[in-house]
Amino acid sequence: MIELTIDGAKVRAEEGMTVLEAARTQGIVIPTLCHFDGLSPYGVCRVCVVEVVKGKRSSLEASCTLPASEGLVIRTGSPRVQRARKVVMELLLSTSPKSKLLQDMAANMGVTKVRFQQKDRDCILCGLCVRYCEQQMQSGGLGFVGRGVSRRVGTAFDEMPEECRNCGGCEWVCPVCEQACRADDLIDGLCGGCLNAVPVESCPICTECSQSVGAEGHRTFR
Amino acid sequence: MATTGHAAHRIIEKHAGARDALIPILQDIQAEEGYLSQEALEAVSEGMSIPLIQVYGVATFFRAFSLEPRGRRVVCACTGTACHVRGASAVLDELERQLGVCAGQTTGDGEYSLETVNCLGACALGPVVVVDGINHGHMTRADVQHLLGGEPESAGADR
Ligand code: SF4
Ligand code: SF4
Ligand code: FES
Ligand code: FES
Repeated sequence: MIELTIDGAKVRAEEGMTVLEAARTQGIVIPTLCHFDGLSPYGVCRVCVVEVVKGKRSSLEASCTLPASEGLVIRTGSPRVQRARKVVMELLLSTSPKSKLLQDMAANMGVTKVRFQQKDRDCILCGLCVRYCEQQMQSGGLGFVGRGVSRRVGTAFDEMPEECRNCGGCEWVCPVCEQACRADDLIDGLCGGCLNAVPVESCPICTECSQSVGAEGHRTFR
Repeated sequence: MATTGHAAHRIIEKHAGARDALIPILQDIQAEEGYLSQEALEAVSEGMSIPLIQVYGVATFFRAFSLEPRGRRVVCACTGTACHVRGASAVLDELERQLGVCAGQTTGDGEYSLETVNCLGACALGPVVVVDGINHGHMTRADVQHLLGGEPESAGADR
């Protein structure tokens, strides 16, 4: 057993756990996108950043890949973390503005404007589909193609892979194609609909969306 | 293309099929056949028991690999930062104009392939153009003509 401090509370974690897992055992909410229970940690979306305090200094790390270690001091909702997450959301939204999940998360975090140039690629390269296909379906027909700005998810020679078992898991797990935001126009890169949502203490229609809800509590989206 | 399969299999055997030899294997196939055909990648995937998409991912990741047949001569213009600020785009424009193809294409007669790269590590010589593996530094628009014209069988050059 390891003992670390998360948001001021002493948390006991098992050897080999990540900070994200340790936090979740205590009900501490850290938003994630590219993390999925049952798939290997990937650490690309950076939404799960937390602050690691080392004396007077601190650094930002992705909690989903950070191993919990003895004596670690973590802050999951400090102003620095919140600022960093907002920027991450802006970056993600600038590549996939139509994702309802991303819009909801951004609204929850209080993002009011996307300052980056919009290029709708309909994919945040989170790799969930690739890992789902490989690790859960033992299929491995999907992968990343190309590099740099032309990197994308695809199949070899853009052909339907022989290995595909038609499970639909790749679509199901995708945070972007899961449900499209139905707003017609985006203002400053945001749909705005969610910003008008009503904050509630406990959510009567909980769909276990906690991944997309920040520590500040729930809002309902209509 | 049965021969392609053979070449791939022979090359895999040479590398003892080790998983970390994927890149050297692809390099060898490319050196032998000039490009990586779909058959070759499929043979590699099968021979090494690696999913095809992973082989394809590696082949599309590195600029050094080509999935299409290339011309007999490969002209490669650096468009990296250092070369760019020294006028690489003008040189590339001139290459495109004289060869009559866009970057990434091969001339109709299969003579020249024009490619770009994002830095050759020879920034001090920028703008750099590599023709058949030989670096030419400090290129200007005017040099392009010499570069293409000064070589035998420059039939692809449209002057
Ligand atoms: S539908 Fe096919 S490609 Fe998608 S996860 Fe399932 S097996 Fe993989
Ligand atoms: S298609 Fe979806 S799941 Fe796959 S990498 Fe892109 S955003 Fe992630
Ligand atoms: S959830 Fe940690 S980086 Fe994506
Ligand atoms: S940028 Fe052209 S060689 Fe470095």
